[in-house]
Amino acid sequence: MFGLNTKDTKSLFIVAFLVVVAPFILNPFPAASAMAQFNAGYPDLMQKFVIFGIFAIGFNILFGLTGYLSFGHAAFLGIGSYSCVWMFKLLGYNVIPGIVLSVIISGIFALAIGFVSLRRSGIYFSILTLAFAQMSFALAYSVLSNPKFNLTNGETGLQVYANDPQWFHRDSLPDLPHLFGLSMRATHKLEIGAWEFQLNAGYYLCALMMLVCFYLAIRIFRSPFGLMLRAVKSNQQRMNYTGLNTRPYTLAAFVISGMYAGLAGGLLSAVDPLAGAERMQWTASGEVVLMTILGGAGTLIGPVLGAGFIKYFENIFSKINDHVLHSWFAFLPDGLEDFVVFLIHPFIGKGWHLTLGILFMLVVIFLPGGLVEGGQRLGKWLHRRKAKDTPSAKTEPAE
Amino acid sequence: MSILEVKNVGKRFGGLQALSKVNLSVKENTVHAIIGPNGAGKSTLLNCLVGKLMPDSGSVMFDGQSVLGRAPYEINQMGISRVFQTPEIFGDLTVLENMMIPCFAKRDGAFTLNALPGVQKQKDILQKAEQMLEEMRMSDKRHMHAAALSRGDKRRLEIGMCLSQDPRLLLLDEPTAGMARADTNNTIDLLKEISDQRDITIAIIEHDMHVVFSLANRITVLAQGTPLVEDDPENIRGNPKVREAYLGETA
Ligand SMILES: Nc1ncnc2c1ncn2[C@@H]1O[C@H](COP(=O)(O)OP(=O)(O)O)[C@@H](O)[C@H]1O
Ligand SMILES: [Mg+2]
Repeated sequence: MFGLNTKDTKSLFIVAFLVVVAPFILNPFPAASAMAQFNAGYPDLMQKFVIFGIFAIGFNILFGLTGYLSFGHAAFLGIGSYSCVWMFKLLGYNVIPGIVLSVIISGIFALAIGFVSLRRSGIYFSILTLAFAQMSFALAYSVLSNPKFNLTNGETGLQVYANDPQWFHRDSLPDLPHLFGLSMRATHKLEIGAWEFQLNAGYYLCALMMLVCFYLAIRIFRSPFGLMLRAVKSNQQRMNYTGLNTRPYTLAAFVISGMYAGLAGGLLSAVDPLAGAERMQWTASGEVVLMTILGGAGTLIGPVLGAGFIKYFENIFSKINDHVLHSWFAFLPDGLEDFVVFLIHPFIGKGWHLTLGILFMLVVIFLPGGLVEGGQRLGKWLHRRKAKDTPSAKTEPAE
Repeated sequence: MSILEVKNVGKRFGGLQALSKVNLSVKENTVHAIIGPNGAGKSTLLNCLVGKLMPDSGSVMFDGQSVLGRAPYEINQMGISRVFQTPEIFGDLTVLENMMIPCFAKRDGAFTLNALPGVQKQKDILQKAEQMLEEMRMSDKRHMHAAALSRGDKRRLEIGMCLSQDPRLLLLDEPTAGMARADTNNTIDLLKEISDQRDITIAIIEHDMHVVFSLANRITVLAQGTPLVEDDPENIRGNPKVREAYLGETA
């Protein structure tokens, strides 16, 4: 269906289903329970899941297929964010022009940066992209923010002010990002028993975008273009002597992934109309690398899993504090309780990076294919166990 | 008619004159061998033909057009395919995918942004690739990762990939180097079959005399960067100058 084979159609439907029911399955704990802090089904976080999912899907088209490791993709995320907020300032709060412009502008930047960076490969390519991203960050943070020419509003971040033109704004429209009048903050709260679920307009818009992005990524992976990108990763020498010019292939992949990043940036602004330079910092570029590798570079679903995983950690693990730990381990004798809390303390709250770092190392060492490989191994193991059980069940009656 | 004309080519690496005044003319539909002792400049010459190296002087004409200053992919698109000393294939891809890539390059040119239709929908490419695998007797391995193939099979695959583009000139750099006798003989048979059945010119660099005399219709002997003689195999065999230069014997 949709020009996909059965297997890919199936995975598309599974992802679509999960995305639609996410507000429910991410809120498994009753709202008043002690476990409620592990619920991830609130709009803010779910939006991040799908937006960074888009970012990682796009990054994977470059890194997963061609093997070119960009360390500067956050620049495109930031450019997308700024573009979108500028549309809010000039045209009004409808998100469509902002999203469209964020994709176009980041595509143009990706074309320029990619054109230069792709003259080198390997570590030099990574360093070049990193340099460009840091330059973009510096530009956004200070250079392009002065009283005479204020493109980015520096440290404060770009936002909409009351004296902005907003040409198409009407009083009947929400005074916040909206889709033809439907506010991105519009949330329908559903209370079922002790549970509370939130269905949010911004989330579903981003989720729809992510599904479109995921679908396009599948098409790219299965296309002759995708095959060429994998060939680039495998053997550029053979490609050149087979009559193929590798440069435009890598550049096209770079631009496509830059546009994905720009879209993600635009959506970040669409759900929260404030664009700051920190979005372009190298840590943000590193994060998408982690997401892709953690989930499984070169796999279709891996980057989405990786993005979800990291964002979950960032938002949930960081919220656990000593107080929460004490309440969990209250059943232990006092001295022991303090000791356990003391042991766990470095890994929670602000220490979530430590936990993530350890998990990342474990995954890279033991599951080079990322979470996807973990899933596959688990699947195989279960399969084998089933296969082992079946013959023994057959022999029993004979005895 | 000669398909490849090399005139007065010279190439210097620092203080070393790797090639000087090389003249070579390869006739259409022949198997032309270039032999010579180690370090004679055979690989350097070949690299000058495919765009990897730019000679300092001279000209290289393929089918009436100069190849100098063109990138390797452009030279390939002109109709020259190259087989490497150690097989260069796409190790991470399947054998069938390996075979499809040159077919795409032939059909779509050096770059096409063909990002939405599935590879499986390209029936003409699939058919061509399958047919070539059949010809190379590798159909049963189509879903294997190319990296897992034996050395001999990698060589076969690489030659098949080159042939799938119907090149006018096939260049081989020591295709049997490091091969066991059986694999060498298989490769000789394969190349013989190719030159008999196809409208193709083959230029081969080779060390192994057995291979050279089994295949070549014409031989150029290169020594210290300059052609010593160019002649038919029978005459080369008995030529004292060749024995001296190549086999290190004193006449
Ligand atoms: N890229 C290079 N830089 C410097 N010297 C080179 C280079 N390539 C080849 N040579 C030298 O040129 C000479 C000819 O080498 P080559 O063409 O590989 O010989 P052959 O293939 O006949 O054994 C050798 O002395 C080799 O060391
Ligand atoms: Mg050599």
